[in-house]
Amino acid sequence: MSAPAGQRTRRPGLLPGTRTALGRAAGRLRRLPRSVRAAPGAVRGVPASVRAALSGDRFGPRDLLAEAAHGVGSRPGRLLLTIIGTVLGIGSLVVTLGLAQTAAGQIAQQFDAAASTRVVVEPSTSRGQGGERATGRIPWDVEDRLGRIAGVDQVGALGAVDIGGARVATVLVNDPSVTPTTPPAVVAATPGLLDALSGRVVTGRWFDAGHDARADRVVVLGARAATRLGIHRVDRQPAVLIDERPYTVIGIVDDVARRSDLLDAVVLPLGTARADFRVASLEQAHVRIAVGAGPVVGEQAPLALAPNAPETIQAQVPPPPSAVREGVQGDVNAIFLALAAVALLVGGLGIANVTLLSVRERMGEIGLRRALGATTRHIVQQFLAESAVIGLLGGLIGAALGVGVVVAVSVARAWTPILDTGLVVVCALLGLVTGLLAGAYPALRAARTEPIAALRGTPG
Amino acid sequence: MTAPTTEPAAPTPAAAHEPPVIELRDLRRTFPGEPPVEALRGVDLTVHRGDYVSVVGPSGSGKSTLLHILGLLDRPTAGDYVLDGVPTRELSEQDRSRLRGGRIGFVFQSFHLLPHRSVLDNVLLATLYSGVPRATRRTRALAALERVGMSHRLDFLPPVLSGGERQRVAVARAVVTSPDVLLADEPTGNLDSSNSAGVLDLFDELHRDGLTLVVITHDDVVSAHARRRVRISDGLLDEVA
Repeated sequence: MSAPAGQRTRRPGLLPGTRTALGRAAGRLRRLPRSVRAAPGAVRGVPASVRAALSGDRFGPRDLLAEAAHGVGSRPGRLLLTIIGTVLGIGSLVVTLGLAQTAAGQIAQQFDAAASTRVVVEPSTSRGQGGERATGRIPWDVEDRLGRIAGVDQVGALGAVDIGGARVATVLVNDPSVTPTTPPAVVAATPGLLDALSGRVVTGRWFDAGHDARADRVVVLGARAATRLGIHRVDRQPAVLIDERPYTVIGIVDDVARRSDLLDAVVLPLGTARADFRVASLEQAHVRIAVGAGPVVGEQAPLALAPNAPETIQAQVPPPPSAVREGVQGDVNAIFLALAAVALLVGGLGIANVTLLSVRERMGEIGLRRALGATTRHIVQQFLAESAVIGLLGGLIGAALGVGVVVAVSVARAWTPILDTGLVVVCALLGLVTGLLAGAYPALRAARTEPIAALRGTPG
Repeated sequence: MTAPTTEPAAPTPAAAHEPPVIELRDLRRTFPGEPPVEALRGVDLTVHRGDYVSVVGPSGSGKSTLLHILGLLDRPTAGDYVLDGVPTRELSEQDRSRLRGGRIGFVFQSFHLLPHRSVLDNVLLATLYSGVPRATRRTRALAALERVGMSHRLDFLPPVLSGGERQRVAVARAVVTSPDVLLADEPTGNLDSSNSAGVLDLFDELHRDGLTLVVITHDDVVSAHARRRVRISDGLLDEVA
């Protein structure tokens, strides 16, 4: 070819048997830097592009992965034993997390919707010399104020009416022979109360905002109070006399479970009660809220009712669903997570142990690689990559098995399996991290070995 | 380049103004101990491009130490080692690894082939660390294997090969990166006489093609193939006529 004769003498091709075009091109390529280098003092004068081209392919990520894969794959039996610890660790982690999520979903489904949609708002009380005293006040327009809060469906409030020992009766008869009985309680209520308490009208109707605004003399009777007063139907417009004033009975209610005392009460519209009996304040507001609105309502209701002194109003938000049950679940989870961590630790130690063993076994290989030009960094990278691959394999298998167990348990218990897929991926990657950590010490040991000592090791 | 050169590769006039491949100047290597062991006590050696040098000596004479220093696997206690014009004394470990991968080919007595990797993979291994462009690695490995006559065993694993075949693969691995010098440490130590002869013939061919060889041996048959013989004893070198 065009190479000068002298050059050919100094650097003839090493492989004259293979004069392929490619080989020739390669030969020219590698000849170029050498001829430049051959000039004295020009060692560093090799064109940057050539140096870059030569060093660019020096044990890149692709080579690293290929070598690590070979190293991992050369002993399948041992690989299996090595990854068992990681598989168990990651697997139990996924199972624990998956079953916890599934069970939580299950609890949410069984969740008592009725119990979790009630909020009771009361003025705060303080204990003073004269007993308990309310420090706050529920305003009359409580329905408007609370109704504007997001998540509130129904609002109603009530307060006791002091009738000052007056009689409550259906007929005005003074019969000295009859032992005087305690009159049924008289309660003032806002129009929304029945809905807020999810009560039921047995007959007739509940009063509305119109009755309230006009202060109509109407009452609604609790079911037991109606029986006591001998009123069973309202179509003939019976009346109840309170303090000798007649009030038309327009309805009878039942099923007011949250305030069962209402069953024994005569309920007046708030406006009527204020007009006739000077009601001082409301004692309690009942709110029916959307599921999950508890925290919001609990926070905003006092502000809505007493903007200047929200601390004087207390809102009793429904307790978090099955708090006790969840607490137990949490304990169980903690135990299983601890077990998973232990399994993972054991898995990591297993990887460390086997990698250390394989470093010792492969001394000859390490020495050879060093002799072939591998730097200590290359050796560290390779052993780290191998243990990381082992860890990742264990993580992937463990995560897959864990998902399978969660699904199987859910099928057996007829549950809906709920599992955050991101979490599963994180668990699998945790296996990789375990492998990396476990491989760090053996890899450093491998790299610290002197090439000569390594070469004197086991023959290949 | 189109035809293999047949002229002897003894130092040519051109080599006179070109730096020698290997130049040792008053090289010493002392191993700490009580008393310290002086493995090399002031060694001077110049190997020109195309030389075929054998280093002979009894065991314990410092042969292996010399080879390790030549191969950049060990550092001298004192003295200079210039490899192809590059003084290696001040080089970092990383640069030494780089030089080792690019300019030195090793052939070991015990072959040092990876038992779980195919013949082709074993040869490719040398290209990983020496900066051979990825696109040409396979071509060069195949060419090197053909050069040593092992093309028919590409997918075999080393344990099923005979000793001679293994050493041929090792030689292919050593030359695939086109090193400046091939260092062989008792290359026939584990081989019977016929396999030895085959490997030595291969060395002769490589030498004819221009490769610089340094063979360390205690076997006179091996050293007889070299064009230049150096004897080492008690850490001192002398030229054998």
